Amino acid sequence: MTQAGAGSDPAGSAPPLEIHDLTVAYRNKPVLWGVDLAAPAGRLIGIVGPNGAGKSTLIKACMGLLPCASGWVKAFGRPVPESLGRIGYVPQRESVDWDFPVSVMDVVLMGRYGRIGLFRRPSAEDRRIARDCLDQVQMLPFADRQISNLSGGQQQRVFLARALAQESDLYFMDEPFAGVDAATEASIIAILQGLRDRGKTLLVVHHDLPTARDYFDWLLLLNLRVVAFGPTAEVFTPELLQKTYGGRLTLLSEVAEAVQAKAR
Amino acid sequence: MTGPATPQAPCRPHDRRRPRVCRSVSGWLVAALWLASAGVLHAAKIGDLTEVRWTEQAARFLSMADPAVRHACLGTVLLGVSCGLLGGFLVVRRMALLGDALSHAVLPGVALGFLWNLEKDPLAIFVGALVAGLAGSAVVSWITRTTRLKEDTALGMVLATFFGAGLCLLSMFQRLPTGNKSGIESFLFGQAAALGPGDLQLMGAVTALVVGMLALGYKEFLLVSFDPGFARVLALPTRRLERVLLLLLAFAVVAALQAVGVVLVSAMLIIPAATASLLTDRFHRMLLWSAAIGAVSGLSGAFLSFLGTRLPTGPFMVLSAGVLFGLALLLSPRHGIGPRWIRQRSQRHRVARENTLKAIYQVLESGGFSSEVVPVEALASRRRVDRQAALREVGSLVRAQLATLSDDAVALTPSGWQGACAIVRNHRLWELYLTHAAQIAPDHVHDDAEKIEHVLGEATVRELERRLPRADVDPHGRPIPSVPAADPAMGRRGASATAGDRPVGYGGRS
Repeated sequence: MTQAGAGSDPAGSAPPLEIHDLTVAYRNKPVLWGVDLAAPAGRLIGIVGPNGAGKSTLIKACMGLLPCASGWVKAFGRPVPESLGRIGYVPQRESVDWDFPVSVMDVVLMGRYGRIGLFRRPSAEDRRIARDCLDQVQMLPFADRQISNLSGGQQQRVFLARALAQESDLYFMDEPFAGVDAATEASIIAILQGLRDRGKTLLVVHHDLPTARDYFDWLLLLNLRVVAFGPTAEVFTPELLQKTYGGRLTLLSEVAEAVQAKAR
Repeated sequence: MTGPATPQAPCRPHDRRRPRVCRSVSGWLVAALWLASAGVLHAAKIGDLTEVRWTEQAARFLSMADPAVRHACLGTVLLGVSCGLLGGFLVVRRMALLGDALSHAVLPGVALGFLWNLEKDPLAIFVGALVAGLAGSAVVSWITRTTRLKEDTALGMVLATFFGAGLCLLSMFQRLPTGNKSGIESFLFGQAAALGPGDLQLMGAVTALVVGMLALGYKEFLLVSFDPGFARVLALPTRRLERVLLLLLAFAVVAALQAVGVVLVSAMLIIPAATASLLTDRFHRMLLWSAAIGAVSGLSGAFLSFLGTRLPTGPFMVLSAGVLFGLALLLSPRHGIGPRWIRQRSQRHRVARENTLKAIYQVLESGGFSSEVVPVEALASRRRVDRQAALREVGSLVRAQLATLSDDAVALTPSGWQGACAIVRNHRLWELYLTHAAQIAPDHVHDDAEKIEHVLGEATVRELERRLPRADVDPHGRPIPSVPAADPAMGRRGASATAGDRPVGYGGRS
């Protein structure tokens, strides 16, 4: 790792991700309540929960893309803004305009921008790394394509390659399997497991419950608050899933609306 | 500065009676011709018809002897470059309306800057316009943040309100003793000929700043425009980058005002960039094209407005940009309508030739291949067309050296024979594949094969051969021909004509 000093911390003393009492609100309406968790290093962690459970909100808040109403998030023992250099991100595919006039290679090179530094040009080494990452996701033949000429699965792999090019220790991925065919899904999960085996920590928002059990070492069951967080074998139980998916949390959402109304 | 420095002698009486519309129409005709032929020589012919003394004016312009002409040229090129570059960002970010709002919002600032010392002081007007423009965009973002209104609504409101306020101020100043002579109305529609050295210094500084900043921070501005969330995770100063971009945009708009006018400056942001986006798929090339198109539009706008008396520059610049956009729409190699039409036409012709070849093959086959020639009559009845149409089809084959015609009978050349075998093979292989692998009834597969036969590439044919256990008889019991080897250049005319496995026919765009 480039930040060798922080990286050599024993996992116990500085977990890759530590969240304490995190509450996030959209327009004063809380959408995520009092999240506490400490993610262990070298795990592939799935974030599952029903629609509107706050899965994307959680990872965006962790990276500082959304303001926190309360609580704090630390990565590798330091506040997130100080450790952004060790955080990689795969946003939702719909978050960008795929008609934008850039090539696949341009997009993957963007993953290097944090390392290249402000106002400098990508070096030959950066290009080599970007090509390498494209090769890992089997998209190298498409390097010079304009991104609008890609299928959904190919777009997703380009985003994954860009995150790989970041060479991070902690990854947040927002539905990397959305709109992807089965073969691509298998190759993506293999890449994620490869990252995990190299000691990286990955938090992956996932929609499909049946595959979640096979894919992830740990699961975070989320529905406006943390229902359960732990090794898949322990938390993938009918009771906890029922708690996560079964029924609306009527009281919690009612209170949220009341909070919003009061703030108007 | 003294009034608008149009380097034109006072109009003669008969000139003054000419309706302005008429002159601008003739000017527009000239515009079209000048842009099409890029020469004044052709335009001289129209001059004889319309009796405008613009030939002299054109000569004066092209000689560049007049300092006002040199100023106008330099100024419009500078503004074309800076507006073109920043317009590129507006277009890819789908923020075209922001340019419009910003440019209209500057008008009250122009008026107040003029009020500063009641004359056209470039710096005072620049500062006033800049403040008004930034205030406008601040109001837009404030409305968007604090109300339920969306950005387009806020932009529309701010645009109109600020512009209205500016018009009120201007009409008040026009009644002032100095107001009328000051040429402040040129800020509405632009007057490149009125550019002074002070204006040019300002435009030069702004353009240098825009080019310098974008060259320095190209990678950052690109990422912030494409994926701002990712940019923030990379710890880029996204907020500051956005502000710099907005500030540069305001600079460019305000510096361009004098030459192109408040009303149309947004067009100089959008049209060159839109044109550029038709020409390339890469952002840096798009920016360069956009700057070049902006500069050319600016120059030709200056030229065309110079041809008449006190014609505003802005409309002519925008019209030139519009014409360039039209040309790009028609002629752009990748996205142009013309090249696409040509591609589709050549594909249609190829399909037609292949159908004729197939019919010839079928006639030969029905005769048990005992003869090597096919009478035109037999071909016509096989193709279900009349004799004339059949002769036209044969003529197309003859031109492509796929067949020869003698004594009213068609014979295939070796490459024609190869093409015929290939197309029939494609057709029958596909029928076989549909009945075997996809289990479709034999009487359902013919129509589908009629389409597919023209688009099957070589690699797909190989794949079909590999998957079909016995590829020698089609579902209707007819033998599937193999394609005789021939020199590959000839084979290119036949059915397996596609390079690699890229299907070309069938509306596919290569």
